[in-house]
Amino acid sequence: MAHTAVADPDSGLTQAQLAARYGLSFAGARPTLAAYTRQLWTYRHFIAAYANAKVVASFSTARLGRIWQVLTPLTNAAVYYLIFGVILNTQAGIPNFIAYLCVGLFVFNFTSAAASGGVQAISGNLGLIRALHFPRACVPLAVTLTQLQHLITAMVVLVGIVLATGEPITLEWLLVVPAVALQAIFNAGLALGMARLGAKLTDLRQLMPFVLRTWMYGSGVLYSVDKFAENLHNPVLVAVVHANPLLVYIELVRHALLENAPLTSAAPRLWALAAIWALLIGVGGYLYFWRGEQEYGRG
Amino acid sequence: MADQTTTTRPTSTTPDGRRIPTVVVDDAHVIYRVHGAGSAGSNTPANALRRLVSRVPSPAVREVHAVKGVSFTAYRGEAIGLIGSNGSGKSTLLRTIAGLLPVNKGAVYTQGQPSLLGVNAALLNDLPGERNVTLGLLAMGLSPEEVRRRAPEIIEFSGINERGDFASLPMRTYSSGMSARLRFAISSAKNHDVLLIDEALATGDRRFRRRSEQRVRELREGAGTVFLVSHQIGTIRETCERTIWLESGVIRADGPTSDVVAQYEEYTSGK
Repeated sequence: MAHTAVADPDSGLTQAQLAARYGLSFAGARPTLAAYTRQLWTYRHFIAAYANAKVVASFSTARLGRIWQVLTPLTNAAVYYLIFGVILNTQAGIPNFIAYLCVGLFVFNFTSAAASGGVQAISGNLGLIRALHFPRACVPLAVTLTQLQHLITAMVVLVGIVLATGEPITLEWLLVVPAVALQAIFNAGLALGMARLGAKLTDLRQLMPFVLRTWMYGSGVLYSVDKFAENLHNPVLVAVVHANPLLVYIELVRHALLENAPLTSAAPRLWALAAIWALLIGVGGYLYFWRGEQEYGRG
Repeated sequence: MADQTTTTRPTSTTPDGRRIPTVVVDDAHVIYRVHGAGSAGSNTPANALRRLVSRVPSPAVREVHAVKGVSFTAYRGEAIGLIGSNGSGKSTLLRTIAGLLPVNKGAVYTQGQPSLLGVNAALLNDLPGERNVTLGLLAMGLSPEEVRRRAPEIIEFSGINERGDFASLPMRTYSSGMSARLRFAISSAKNHDVLLIDEALATGDRRFRRRSEQRVRELREGAGTVFLVSHQIGTIRETCERTIWLESGVIRADGPTSDVVAQYEEYTSGK
């Protein structure tokens, strides 16, 4: 393309005017919320493929491969049962302690893995993020989906444990599906929020183990939180303990699967709390992540 | 005009013969922060907690002023080479154009979304090459049907199967040249408005370099703009007709490749 001798009509423009004239956009501008959500929807196949790939990749160097997907929750349950069920004998008053413990562990693990995976979703995938352009929310969402797949495998193991410990099959088991669905929404929001925090505060990764352990002890995974109510004499603190979203999700799954699981609050109240937490964290986390979209992969 | 209705490919000029800009850089300054510059032991959990609470910036963070007031305009159909010594700000400039680093002063305007293709564009190393092709194409926004259709031709182009069935082996078993070739093959599968290539062609062998130079030419004909960072002057000469020479974050020269390269070679041999 030879340069024409005619005077270039663009020659008098400043760089900014030139950009405006040809409709160039500011590099790395944030799309509107609606546009972002639409973009994310067109990338749903990528989210699913990435989540699957992560599941496969996480076991690819182990000789037993995907058998570990089943072995990991089983081994976890065995260790905790040995310490808390057999040696320390914390099961006082809880019928079917092993099933009680396993539900707590697996449900808690879903959220804790999504949260710690979320923290590293951006900071641990900088290569991918800097190489290709896609809505960044894909990565934390894929992290949640990966963990959901792990939870589903763990649930199959759990059903085996629950049946082996003599629980009857009832229609109430179906309540596991909405409970896990609400928890998945909660986790997606949590992973999105943690992803933005983790992208900025690189120190957060080191702190996460402490935060998660504290959360685990507060969620009645290994024992009933009634012990807290006995020792915390402040009713506000007791209410805070009972509103803990993880306690709510764990109790809902226990309520669905186990006949005589003790509940800290009435079932309708638990369902309401579960829905409120899912909505609050799900929507809040998404908005928070979207507002930082143009920053990811920088620095 | 009739021409434009029959062809779907965008042309590189407006009907009245003006060139269409794709990247406009206006007095861009980039200062980036580097993490992990401090001594070992400053990243213990206790210190991390203390910093989070007291909001004191980590001593391990240092600022680098990498691009100092760069302005230029790139047009559709151009291939622009970026040359300069190590640490002159070439890669930083590319990352800024890609929208991955913010400008601290000035502005960068782009047509569509530029794609950066670099040496450390890591995909999932534990997964087979063919799986990475699928993931990479989906990440670029192709539909699953398109991915199924395009995947074989991309593996073919990358040439990773020339020494046996490497496409089904995990990418961590690949040589650096092979994975660079696969990454280039994936990124160049789509027609980008602006494609930024950072040393990605350097690791391939001669035959692959020839093929990828051919691919860069095709991408340009697709009315895109290609930026190429390379220390191999030969590659720049063969693929780019315009070259920008960057030194210490400032443009030393911007013009036809033959002129700029001659100045650059004089500068480097003089030292």
